[in-house]
Amino acid sequence: MRVKLSRLAHARSGDKGDGSNIGLIAYTDEGYALIREIITPEAVKAHFSAICKGAVDRYEVPNLRALNFILHDSLGGGGTESVITDAQGKTHGLGLLLMEIDVPDDFELE
Amino acid sequence: MNRSVRIGNGQGFWGDSVDAPLRLFEGGPIDYLTMDYLAEVTMSIMQRQKLRNPERGYATDFVRFVDQVLPELKKRGVRIVANAGGVNTEACRATIMESAKRQNVSGLRVATVSGDDILGRLEQLRDSGESLAHMETGEGLFDADREILAANVYLPTEPMVRALDQGADIVITGRCTDPGLVLAPVLHEFKWTDWDGIARGTVAGHILECGAQSTGGNFTRWWEVPDMAGIGYPIAEVSDDGGLVITKHDGTGGMVTVDTVAEQLLYEMGRPDHYITPDCIVDFTSINISQEGVDRVAVTDVKGMAPTPTLKVSISYLAGYKATGQLVVSGPDALAKAQLCARVVWDRLAMAGCQFDDTHEEYLGVGVVHEGIVPAAEHAPEVVLRLGVKDADRAKVDRFGKEIAPLVTSGPPGVTGFAGGRPKAQEIVAYWPALIDRNKVTADVSVVEVGS
Repeated sequence: MRVKLSRLAHARSGDKGDGSNIGLIAYTDEGYALIREIITPEAVKAHFSAICKGAVDRYEVPNLRALNFILHDSLGGGGTESVITDAQGKTHGLGLLLMEIDVPDDFELE
Repeated sequence: MNRSVRIGNGQGFWGDSVDAPLRLFEGGPIDYLTMDYLAEVTMSIMQRQKLRNPERGYATDFVRFVDQVLPELKKRGVRIVANAGGVNTEACRATIMESAKRQNVSGLRVATVSGDDILGRLEQLRDSGESLAHMETGEGLFDADREILAANVYLPTEPMVRALDQGADIVITGRCTDPGLVLAPVLHEFKWTDWDGIARGTVAGHILECGAQSTGGNFTRWWEVPDMAGIGYPIAEVSDDGGLVITKHDGTGGMVTVDTVAEQLLYEMGRPDHYITPDCIVDFTSINISQEGVDRVAVTDVKGMAPTPTLKVSISYLAGYKATGQLVVSGPDALAKAQLCARVVWDRLAMAGCQFDDTHEEYLGVGVVHEGIVPAAEHAPEVVLRLGVKDADRAKVDRFGKEIAPLVTSGPPGVTGFAGGRPKAQEIVAYWPALIDRNKVTADVSVVEVGS
């Protein structure tokens, strides 16, 4: 079935230079195994194609069942220089949770 | 019996709740109160304030707070560590000493930590071979002419520890790391010298540094957070056996759960296995968190490593001017009319001979912050049109600010919500992160007792 990522994970984002970071945290071990497989840097870059102008890096934080993403060049110049509304990437975490993904029909969801 | 201390952080950033430090101080037992006032842009603002008035250049909110609690502070023995000194730690201390004298609080020791401000040393550092190259682009700071507004080193935590060791009731610093404000009391109390211990105190500081963001603020499942209005600010309970628990005062709002703490652990994170501070390198992939009670989260297994031979410098320089202005456009056809408004503004500015280095337009309500993720709400009943410009020429940016209001009478119908006057040009304070050899930076600690 097709569900929003928010059924499997929660997230927080903030600024990191001229980019943002998103910490994506799965609710269960199964959920972590799944996001680790399908939420690739390429998938995140495509999802944020209108927002992120640079590359996407991904780091694994298995102890927290989490992935940390860096979205380079995604703040319109960064913190103090930018004139865009979300110059600190505060909304990027929720933006990622809106991604729709396929999960097995019997998958445990929040 | 283990010995433990409670460290509360009552201020997450410049502009955070003015009542939070008082509620944290009065709302239950704490041994230390920390407060973070300095964002990257704050130092340049404070340098400007100091230039206009040599008695300014520090966080005045802090002095007002201390003035309120001073007699009680000394009575309860709560000690304060705050980076409220900005670019003028001495003036900040002088005001607090006056307050102590006025309120007959005797024996109060106030420390300042200085040495972070290297604005006056830049030429000397250049001559000594420091390029202060931009950490991301590699460009040398001195390779082009720049109007530098502030330059501050993120100092290690050791001088703050020294100040507490010398009996300071209040420690006022300029630029230090945010986690350092919490790490300082931890190291003063327990004298940990192993990297894991230093990393543990650093992680405590990282979890606390954004105030209520670890107690239910900015939490994904916001509907689960009780009494957000009365949200408690975070407290780290640190024990001499290496225990670390994140909690908050009983009876306050918000919540401390593994989920609220996990979100904050990853906040503003770069490489998780290599979180660099002046005091150590923390491996965030080592940490375990567990719920040990209601609003109590235990943090264990923190691993640390030796720090790098360099310190980070935060430099800010003037990079032109910017302005933004906004209007509300009602339906019918709100989006089409807002788009016309934007076109009219740019056309009129072009007729006045103004071209800009950069222009920006947003249609808030249609789907701006999640553009490309959610479908555009093309039939939104109303739209906030937000326009922005950047340019090296201040006059042109001010000219832009005069072109918003006329739309109310000389644009399409239904344009309203123009309030707050004409937008004015603001300086663009650009940020230049660099590294410096830590041997070229000396921190000074001075402790003064009131009445002496």
